[in-house]
Formats: sequence, structure tokens, C-alpha cells
Amino acid sequence: MINSVKKFFASGTPWIWVNAGAVAISVIMTVGLLLLLAINGLNHFWPKDIMLAHYTQPSDGEEPLRREIIGERVDREQVPAERIIASGIPVSAEKPLYERELIKVGNRELNNSDFTWLLTDYLEDIRYPDNLTAFERREWGNFYGYVLEVRESGTAVASSDPTDPADARAWMALEERIARALAIHEEIDELEKDDIGEVNYALERLRLQRRALELRGEASEEALAEIEAEVAVWESSYEQLQTRLSALYEEVERDSVLMLAMNEEQTEIRISEIVRAYQPNRMHLGGKLFVYAQKLWEFLSDEPREANTEGGIFPAIFGTVTMVLLMSVFVTPFGVVAAVYLREYARQGFITRTIRIAVNNLAGVPSIVYGVFGLGFFIYFLGSEIDQAFYPEALPAPTFGTPGMLWASLTLALLTVPVVIVSTEEGLARIPRSLREGSLALGATKFETLWRVVLPMASPAMMTGLILAVARAAGEVAPLMLVGVVKLAPTLPINGNYPYFHLDQKFMHLGFHIYDVGFQSPNVEAARPLVFATAFLLVVVIALLNQLAVTIRNRLREKYKALDM
Amino acid sequence: MTESNTEYAPANRSKFKKIDMGKIGGHEHSPAAEDLPSCLTVNNLNLYYGNSHALKDVNMTLPQQRVTAFIGPSGCGKSSLLRCFNRMNDLVEGCRIEGNITLDGADIYHRSVDVADLRRRVGMVFQKPNPFPKSIYENVAYGLRIQGINKKRVLDESVEKSLQAAALWDEVKDRLHDSALGLSGGQQQRLVIARTVAVEPEVLLLDEPASALDPISTLKIEELINELKDRYTIVIVTHNMQQAARVSDFTAFMYMGKMIEFDTADNIFTNPAEKQTEDYITGRYG
Repeated sequence: MINSVKKFFASGTPWIWVNAGAVAISVIMTVGLLLLLAINGLNHFWPKDIMLAHYTQPSDGEEPLRREIIGERVDREQVPAERIIASGIPVSAEKPLYERELIKVGNRELNNSDFTWLLTDYLEDIRYPDNLTAFERREWGNFYGYVLEVRESGTAVASSDPTDPADARAWMALEERIARALAIHEEIDELEKDDIGEVNYALERLRLQRRALELRGEASEEALAEIEAEVAVWESSYEQLQTRLSALYEEVERDSVLMLAMNEEQTEIRISEIVRAYQPNRMHLGGKLFVYAQKLWEFLSDEPREANTEGGIFPAIFGTVTMVLLMSVFVTPFGVVAAVYLREYARQGFITRTIRIAVNNLAGVPSIVYGVFGLGFFIYFLGSEIDQAFYPEALPAPTFGTPGMLWASLTLALLTVPVVIVSTEEGLARIPRSLREGSLALGATKFETLWRVVLPMASPAMMTGLILAVARAAGEVAPLMLVGVVKLAPTLPINGNYPYFHLDQKFMHLGFHIYDVGFQSPNVEAARPLVFATAFLLVVVIALLNQLAVTIRNRLREKYKALDM
Repeated sequence: MTESNTEYAPANRSKFKKIDMGKIGGHEHSPAAEDLPSCLTVNNLNLYYGNSHALKDVNMTLPQQRVTAFIGPSGCGKSSLLRCFNRMNDLVEGCRIEGNITLDGADIYHRSVDVADLRRRVGMVFQKPNPFPKSIYENVAYGLRIQGINKKRVLDESVEKSLQAAALWDEVKDRLHDSALGLSGGQQQRLVIARTVAVEPEVLLLDEPASALDPISTLKIEELINELKDRYTIVIVTHNMQQAARVSDFTAFMYMGKMIEFDTADNIFTNPAEKQTEDYITGRYG
């Protein structure tokens, strides 16, 4: 018996089980994490049916409170009776657990908050009338109700009977007018962002030019007049744009819709406020899928609204990717050059050993420390020196002496440079001596050997370093909060205004966006699914960036696989 | 044995007898080297790796356009000596050299010598084939590109000539731009020879060029050496005594860092002057 147990252990079978078990657990946890994020995040965009019900909440003695509820059923959970009683609702303590539901009732201007918890037991006559309509709005969150009347400049053009689900006259008129309003809105956006943005940018540049001339004492009459003339040109075009803009605003404000919300409340909503309207109860799977795709695309490609709890996160995706790419551009050459010196040129001894230990330790310094360093050195010292030397006309407003894309990328490059150095060094050490000698024996100098044989062969190792660097940098948030990330950036760091790359600008970042939406948001319930969705997206973005680097590395490996010799 | 060897060796045979260590190089040059135009001359060479004394008072004169083989047991210093000829030992940390070596009369360890330039004149082929992870074409063109030659016509011509010289052209002419790593070991070694020949050196150093190869590839390399010796001074280090006997005109036997005997291959293998040489050749030690 003991012998057979011994044999069993000696055979290595338990060891294999332990190994395989560890791998299996890791895989399950990773997949589970991704699934959790994906399900919680991606569910949010599905157009849920809108419930109509009556809720009769028990109360002490007097008449029970009875009211109408219209909203989406978002979540449900079990709650012990004591807790419900403690919150002031007199339920029977005989039943230990009650189920309660989270209902998104929207209509924030009428209800104060758009979510409410209700006890499932007291919900009665739950129905899903076809003509219940949901609006997504630019402000005030969602609205749920019946379409009563569509108005053009205050006069009714179509109306429906809310009690008759088949009566879709007002709904059809509404859909047309929403499409029109959205088209105008797009035009307004373009005008404001691109055209007026360009004018503002040009005017600011001219102001700085003029100030620079004054500072240098070169503000001659002609020079000033020239600038004035240019300013006048821009200002007149600004006037024109402004007139067009106000005309468009007048256009877009023309229509409104009268809605019947729950508990017979009527309210008028301007159609210009509506981003999307749909009647989910009427829709089939195909229609819902269409709306789902639309909402998902909006999430990926649009700008955030309503303190980041609605709309999209495109600026954050763009900011993250740009920052990581910029960091790669800084960190790769720097790390490689340092590693080459350490491995190839420096005399191996006490000093190189110390440097190597120091580099390895740098990788372990908490990232917030790098953030503080970036703020102190890059922004306060380097940035303000740059401002004084090159942008004196803008002072006291800082140009580079303030957190921005450039400093954030540099800080992260500093944070990740040890990884690149270490893996490049390992790659260099693995190049067979015979290949270097082969090159030297042909009359190549050490530099030529490095440049033509060793570095190309070490390039997969450099890419490995870069992959690790990207993985670390893309997920880093803490240092970024000090050196360049903001909750909401008005423009992208790369845009149509000369010189196109605005490395001094602040930017949005997915990691910070998660923190901001999750913890700084005024509307917790609305923000929660977005936290999951953004987290999922962050993982996807990092995976894609990594995949890109891995693909490049595999190509290089294929090309230089002589290392197997 | 080749014709050229038999032409010289018998005539000088009497002079080769009983050469003792002190008389090789140094005071009395070996008669063959005196008769032949010399290429490399080693004078009182001592080489140290840190504290260990790897080469002791080596003196010899290598004749031009002949094949000289170094034989001896492992660790006897034959590779170290070979690597002195193109200053590969410079790369070894803690390596120190006393005495001198002249190539065509000029000291190669002189301060004014450009090492890269020297290595262009003294090419080297290593024990294990070490083609670069580039195409066959780029491998051969490497040395020329280093010299700044990038004209396609010049490169094409040189690549073809070198590959033909290395007897590899017919096998690879249709796949010049494939990776060199796809070649067999023997082909790779001939490619390395072609690569070395492409820079047109004066001397070819071969450090056990066939030890990692199968017998047929070895044979091809040996044939190649016979063909190349009309144009280059060849120095070969080998463990294989039959190989030394087959390819070399002159043979040097080294033991424990000392040059025991240096003579025509005929003499070394048929009538060695030293007891140690005889013992080694007959397989009593080493």
C-alpha cells in the first residue's frame, strides 16, 4: 500500500495534476473576469421592454400609497424583511426574504431620480403596452411615456390617443422630426467644433503673435496693422458663422412633443433634445438588434454626455491609444540604446552591476511616485522652462508648464523603460558569439556588427520588452492623474488645427474614465453598467495593442530564428 | 598530396631532419619557409589568458599560397594561435600578447594597424557554420556592403564568383534570396567560405571547418581547400590527422602551448623528428 502510494508520487502524476490545475484555474479566472465585464457591460445597450404597472406600497394605518410606474426593469435582489421594515415600509416579518426590483423610471425632471427600488410583491397588473416610448436625451437622462401630440412652433400637427396602442400617428410624425433635428444638430456640431473652433484657434494664435511682437519690442505700426487685418478677416467670418449658427438653432428648436408620463403627468419636450427614440415593446428581435448596434456604436464613436454617464467614450479610447503609441515611440529607442551600452560597450564590473540592479529596482517603484516625479520634473521644471524660452507670449497661461499628453507619455516611458532595458539586454546576451565573430572576421567594426547583425537579431526581444511596457502603460492610471489626464477634454490631442499634434493638451483615458464614472459620478445606478463596459473596452484595447506588438515580434522571430542553432 | 607539395618536399627533405624546438623559427628559419615566399611570420609569440600562459615562445614562418595545418590535442593552443593571425583574441577579455606577428613584413599588432582592415585581409571560417540570418545573397554580399559597396552589378558579380569559388553556386543559384538558414550544414559552411572569399583576403584561416559536418560534406570542404590554395595562403586547424595529412603542405604539431615541430606534411606524418610528434601521430596520447 505505502509502496504503491510512493510509486504514485514518484511517477509524477500528482505533480502534473497540480500543474494542470493551476493553469486551469488561471484560465477560468481570466475567462470569468472577461465574461463578467462583457455581460454586465454589453447588456446595458440592449433596448429593454418598458413596463407599465401599478404599485401599492403598504403604509401604517391609512390608505395605502398607490401609484403608476413606467420604466425598465434593471435588476432584482433578495432583501431580509427587517431591513425593509427598518426603512419604513411595514411589511409582514413572517416572510424572511422579500424580492425587490430596481426600476429605471427616467423622467428626472419629474421624479428627481431616475432609479427606484420597488418590492416585487406589491407590483400589480404588469403590462407592456406597444405605444410606450423611450427617449434618450442630451440632458436629464431618459424619458418614458406616451406620445400625445407633436407640435410645430407651438401648434399641433399630429396627435395620438395614448390608450390605443395601434394609434401611431403622432409617433410617425415624431420619428420624421427627430431625424430632421438630428441632421440639423450634426450641422451645428460641425459648425461649432470645426469652423468656429478653427476661428477661435486662429484668433488665439494671432493674439499670441501680437503679444510676442510686443514682448520683443518689434511691434511696429505695419506689423500690428497686418495682424489687425487678419483678425478682422477672421472676425468677420466668425460673424457669418454665428449668424448661420443662430439660424440653425432657431430651426432645430422649432418642434416639440407633448408627452404623457406616469401618473397622468404631461410635459412638453423639445425635439432638439432627443438623441434617440424607440418603442421597444413594439419592436421585434431584428429591430432591437439594430438599436443595440446603434447604441454600441454610439458608445464607441461618440463623445460623452451628462457628466460621462451617457453617450460614448471615443475621446478616452483615442487618448489611451495615442498616449500608448507615443510612449512606445519614446521608450523603445531610449531603452534599446541604454541596453546596448550596458551590454555591449560598458566594461562589466561593479558599476554595471550596480546600474543593472538599480534599473531592475526602478521597475518596482510604485507608479504614483513616477507621477509625482513627472509633475515635479517634467511639468514644473522642464515645462515652465520651455514656456519661458519658447512661449513667453502666452504667459501667465502655461503651454507646456501644465499637465499634458507629452508629459504623460514621457512619465510612462520612464516608468516602463526598465522593462525594455532588461529584455533587450537578455536578447543581446542570447545572440551567439559565433555570429558576432563571423561578422567581425569579415572586417566589420563592432558598430557595424551591432547594427547589421546583432540588433536585428535582438529585435524580437526588444518587442517583448515593448509588449510588457505597453501592457503596463495602458493600464496605468495613478501617475496620469498628476500629469495629464482629465475628466473631459474638449478636443482630441490630434485634430485638424495646425500643427495637428497638440502634445501640450490634456486628454481622456479609459482607465481614468472608469474611475471617474464609477466613483465621481452623480448618478451611480446609471454609471455602473458603463463602468463595466469601459473596463471591458480597456481590456480589449490593451489586448489589441498587445496583439499588434506580438504579431510584429512573431514576424521578426520568423526572420531571425538562427537563435535555435 | 598535391603536386605542388611533392615538388618541393623531396628536394628539401634533408634539411627538415631533427629540428628541435629552439631551432624552429627564431634562430634558424625552416628551410622550406626560406625557399618559399613567406606570408605570415610569428616571432617569439607568447599569449596569456589572465594568468594562464597559453602560447609559449612560438616561432614560425607560414609560406604563401600553401596549406598549413595545425594539429595537436585539445587545449594545446592551436586555435589560440590561429586567432592571433586576425586578432580575434582582442575580443577576449584578459588576453595579453607578447612578441609579434608580421603579415607581408608588417607587424599586425602595431598600433597604427586598423583591425577591421587586417581582418579583411585575413579571413576566418569557424568550427560551426555561422551564416547570418539573412538571404544567401546577403550573406555573401555582407563583407562588401560593410566596405560601402552597394552597386547591384558589382555585388551580383562578386556573389556569383565567390559562390563558384566555394563550389556552392550550382546548388543555390536558383534560391539566392532564400534564407541561408535553410541550407544543410555542409552547404552553410561552404557559404561561410564563399562569404569570406568575397572580400578577397590574402589569408584564409580555417578553425576546424569540417568538425561539425558529415563525411561527405567534409570531403567537399577538403576538395575546396585544395582548389583555393592556388589563390590564398590557407591555415587550417584540425583534430583529424588524416585530414591534415590529406590537405596540408606543411604541418605544425603543437603541444601544451608550444610548437613542437613544424615541417612538410610528408615529414611530419612519415618521418617526424620529435618523439612527442610520433607518439601523437601514432595515437599514443592526445
